[in-house]
Amino acid sequence: MSILGNRVLRREDPKFLTTGGTYVDDLPLEGAVHIVYVRSPMAHARIHSIDSTEALRSPGVVAVFTAAEVDLPPMPPGAPFANPAMVRPWLADGVVRFVGDLVAAVVAETREQAMDAAELVLVDYEPFPVVIDPEAAAGSDILVHEAAGTNVVLRMPEDLVSVGMVPPEAATEPPEMFAGCEVVVRQRIVNQRVAPCPLEVRAAASRWDDGHLTQWTTTQAPHGVKASLAQIFGLADDQVRAVAPDVGGGFGAKIGAYPEELFVAWIARKIGRPARWVETRSESMLSLGHGRAQVQLAELGGTRDGRLLAYKLSVIQDAGAYPAFGAFLPLMTRTMLTGVYDIERVYFADTSVATNTNPTVAYRGAGRPEATAAIERMVDIFAAEIGMDPAEVRRKNLVGRDRFPFTTPTGTTYDVGDYEAALDRVLEAAGYSELRAEQQRRREAGEAKQLGIGLSTYVEITNGIPGSEFGSVEVLADGRARVRTGTSPHGQGHVTSWSQLVADQLGIAIEDVEVIHGDTDLVPRGVGTFGSKSLQSGGVAVFQAAEQVVDKARKLAAELLEANPNDIELDKQSGRFQVAGTPSASKTWAELARASGDGGLSAEVDFAASGATFPFGAHLVVAEVDTETGGVTLKRIVAVDDAGRLVNPLIAEGQIHGGLAQGVAQALMEEMCYDEQGNPITANLADYEFVSAAELPSFETYSMETPTPINPLGAKGIGESGTIGSTPAVQNAVCDALRHLGVRHVDMPTSPLRVWKAIEQAKGKS
Amino acid sequence: MKVKLEVNGEAHERDVEPRTLLVYFLREELGLTGTNVGCDTTSCGACTVLLDGESVKSCTVLAAQADGHSITTIEGLASGDELHPMQQAFREHHGLQCGYCTPGMVMAAVSLVKENPDLDEAAVREGLEGNLCRCTGYHNIVQAVLDAARSSREGAW
Repeated sequence: MSILGNRVLRREDPKFLTTGGTYVDDLPLEGAVHIVYVRSPMAHARIHSIDSTEALRSPGVVAVFTAAEVDLPPMPPGAPFANPAMVRPWLADGVVRFVGDLVAAVVAETREQAMDAAELVLVDYEPFPVVIDPEAAAGSDILVHEAAGTNVVLRMPEDLVSVGMVPPEAATEPPEMFAGCEVVVRQRIVNQRVAPCPLEVRAAASRWDDGHLTQWTTTQAPHGVKASLAQIFGLADDQVRAVAPDVGGGFGAKIGAYPEELFVAWIARKIGRPARWVETRSESMLSLGHGRAQVQLAELGGTRDGRLLAYKLSVIQDAGAYPAFGAFLPLMTRTMLTGVYDIERVYFADTSVATNTNPTVAYRGAGRPEATAAIERMVDIFAAEIGMDPAEVRRKNLVGRDRFPFTTPTGTTYDVGDYEAALDRVLEAAGYSELRAEQQRRREAGEAKQLGIGLSTYVEITNGIPGSEFGSVEVLADGRARVRTGTSPHGQGHVTSWSQLVADQLGIAIEDVEVIHGDTDLVPRGVGTFGSKSLQSGGVAVFQAAEQVVDKARKLAAELLEANPNDIELDKQSGRFQVAGTPSASKTWAELARASGDGGLSAEVDFAASGATFPFGAHLVVAEVDTETGGVTLKRIVAVDDAGRLVNPLIAEGQIHGGLAQGVAQALMEEMCYDEQGNPITANLADYEFVSAAELPSFETYSMETPTPINPLGAKGIGESGTIGSTPAVQNAVCDALRHLGVRHVDMPTSPLRVWKAIEQAKGKS
Repeated sequence: MKVKLEVNGEAHERDVEPRTLLVYFLREELGLTGTNVGCDTTSCGACTVLLDGESVKSCTVLAAQADGHSITTIEGLASGDELHPMQQAFREHHGLQCGYCTPGMVMAAVSLVKENPDLDEAAVREGLEGNLCRCTGYHNIVQAVLDAARSSREGAW
C-alpha cells in the first residue's frame, strides 16, 4: 500500500523539540568577528561627513567601513525593467534614501562591542524633503534618485509590451470597456504594506580559506546566494559554497540576497577573519523587505442580474527606495487579475514607484493576494449594489468545471479546477443559510454585536516561474537511499515528504532515506523554495529519479538472476527484486548497490514542468463586529482548498493553517506604517501588530484533491493558498457586518479605529 | 561579576558583564543554543525558559538576576531519550514548522499547563499570547497543548 497521502509525522521534529535547530547564529565559527551596521535615522538626507574616530577607539573594534572603502561592482538591478539609474550602493554613497539605509559597518570582537561602537559613529546629515506617499510619487518633484529624473521604476503593460511578454493590444484600454454594463462599481483599495516577520531575523557568516568562500546564510535559495557571490567576487564555481543551515522561516522575504548579507563576505576578506552578522528585530523591521504595498483603483461592471462583464484595475506599486522584486510583482497581480471568474473585457495598468521607504519584496502570495483581494472585494461591492447574495453573484460567474484548460483575458492558462464544487462545499460546511438567518436576526434586533459573513473564491498560480529543479536519488551499499534536492526547506517538511516519495517507490523504510538540502557543495544545482513550487518541481524530480533508480535496479537484478527484466518485480513489502513466481530468487537493494559499484545505482533529474499549476478554493469567515467599539472578533474560518494530490495531508494542513493566520493578520491587524517624514512607527514587535494565538479561532479546513495534469504527482502548490484565500474573506466579513449601516468598504487592516470611523461616517451620511 | 546558577540540573559558575542577559548567558557562555532570540522588545517569547519552574522570557532577565536560581531550557526538558509529554504532543500534532519559536513555545506551554491543567482552548490561546509563531497559525500548537494538558490531568507528567 502506498504511503503517499498518509499523515506521516515529521522526521525533522525531534531535533527542534529537544536541542533546537542550528541557525546561523548558533554555528560555532572560530575567531569570527561580529558586524553591526550603522543605519540612517533619516528617510532622505545628504551625508556631509562620517566620523569614525571615536568608534575606532572603542574596546574590541577591529574596523569601521564606509562607502569610501568599498571596491565592489554595484549591486545588480533588483527587478526586471527597473529604471537602471535607481541602483543600490553597498553603503550609502552621499545620500540616504530610507530609514534603515546602510551607512557604515562596524566590526568588533563581540556583538556587544560592535553595538556599542556603532553608537559612536558620528554622521552629519542634511535632511532632504521626502516622498512617502506612493500615490504622490510619480508626479512629485522630490526624487528618490536624482539621477533617474523620475520616481517611476517601471510601468505595465508598456514595459511588458516592449519585450513581447504581452500582445500590443493589451497596451491600451479596450474601446467601450464598460459597454453593456448596467452597473459599474468603483473603489479605491489600499493593499497595505506589511512586514513578513519570519521568527528568525536575517543572519549571515562568511569564511575565506585560501580564496575559497563559505557563506552561511538564512535563505530560501542558497544556490542563488552562491551565484550572487560568485558574480560579485569574480569566483569560479568551485570557489564558493553557500549553506542554508536551519532557516527560521522566510515567507518570500528571504529569497533574494540582501546587501547586508553579501557584504559580510567582503568584510571577512578585507580583514582576513571569519565574520558574522545577525540583525536585531528592530533592524529587521526597518530593512528586511516588506510585502504588498499596492494602491488599487478597481472598476467592475455587469448586469443587474449578476453577470460580470468588464473589470479594470489600476495599480500603484510602492517599490520603496531601491527597486527590488516588489516593483515587478504587479505582473503576478495582472496574471491572476480575474481570479475564478469568466469576465470578458479587462484592463490592467501598473505604475511602480520609488519612495523613501524600505524596498518591497515577495511576501507569501507575492502579487497574487493583491489580485484576489481586489476582485473579491469588488464582487462583494457589486453584489451589494445590485442587491444580490454575494455567493450567488460568484456562482453565476465562475469558470465552469468543463472549461479547462481555461485561458483568461490576460493570457493565463489555468490547468484544472472545480470552483463551484469548492463554493458549494464551503457554504455547506459553514451552514450558510443559518448564518445569514442569524445575521438577519441581529440586524433586525439592532444588536451592538453584528455578524459578518465573508466569502472568497480564489484561484492562484504556483510554480509560476519557468525553469527546472534538481533532485537525485542514490542507493547506498547498506541499502539506504540518499536524496539530494535543490529545494531549500525552512519549515515545509521536505525531508519527510521527499522521504515518503522515495520510500514509496523503492519499498524501503522512510527512516532509511537521507535527504540533503541547502548546501551548494552537496547539491550540485538548485533553485530553492518559494512560489509554492517545491513539491511540484523538486519533489517530482526526486520522484522521477527514484523511478529511474528502480528501473536500473530491475535491469541489474535481471542480469544477476539471469532472468528477463520484464519478469523482475519489486516487492515493496520486503524491498527485494524477485523473479515473478519465484520469490526465492531475489536481490536486496544493498546487494544491488554493492554490485553496481560506487554511485552506480543512482539517478539525477532536472524536472521542468510544462506549466504552472493553479490551486483553488473557497473560504468563508464569520466575524462578529462590535458596532460600539469597532472591535472585530473572528468566530469561524472555514477553508476549502484544492492543491491537487497531497503527499502528506498533515504537512499540507500546516501550510494552510499558517497561510490562514497570515491572511487574518493582514486583513485585521498588521500594517507597516511610516509617518509623513518617513519615520517608521511600527518598527518593532511591540508596536507592530503581529498576530498571536489570541486573535485567531481554530480553523475548519477541508481538502479537495483535483489532480493537475501538469506533473506525474498531480500535485499543485499549497504554501500560499491560505493567505490568498483568507485575506479577502476576512475583509469581506467585516464589511458585510456593517453593510446595513451604510458602510460600503473598509480598508485593511480593519482595525477597531478604522471600523468605528467607517460606522460614524456612515451615520453622518444618513 | 560572578553568577552561579543551575541549568538543566547542572551547576554553572561564570564571570560575566553585569549587563549580560540570561539568554546570552545560556547561548554564549553555556552553548545552549536551543533557546532563540526573536525580538528585542520582549514580544515574541522565542527565548522562554523556566526559572524555578515558571516561564520567563530570558531576554528580559539579567544573568545576575538568575543568580542562585534554577533554569530549565529545551535541552533539559526530555528525560533521556523520552520526550516530555509536551514535546511529544507538539510532534504528534505537527505543532512546529521552521522550529524557531518552538523551544520557547514548548517551555511556555509546559509552564501554562502546570499552572492550570484544566485549561480550555480560550485559556491556551490567551496563555500563549506572548509567544509568537509565524508558520503554524497556532492551530496545531493549541491542539498539542490541549492534548498535553489532558495527559497531565491523567497523571502522565
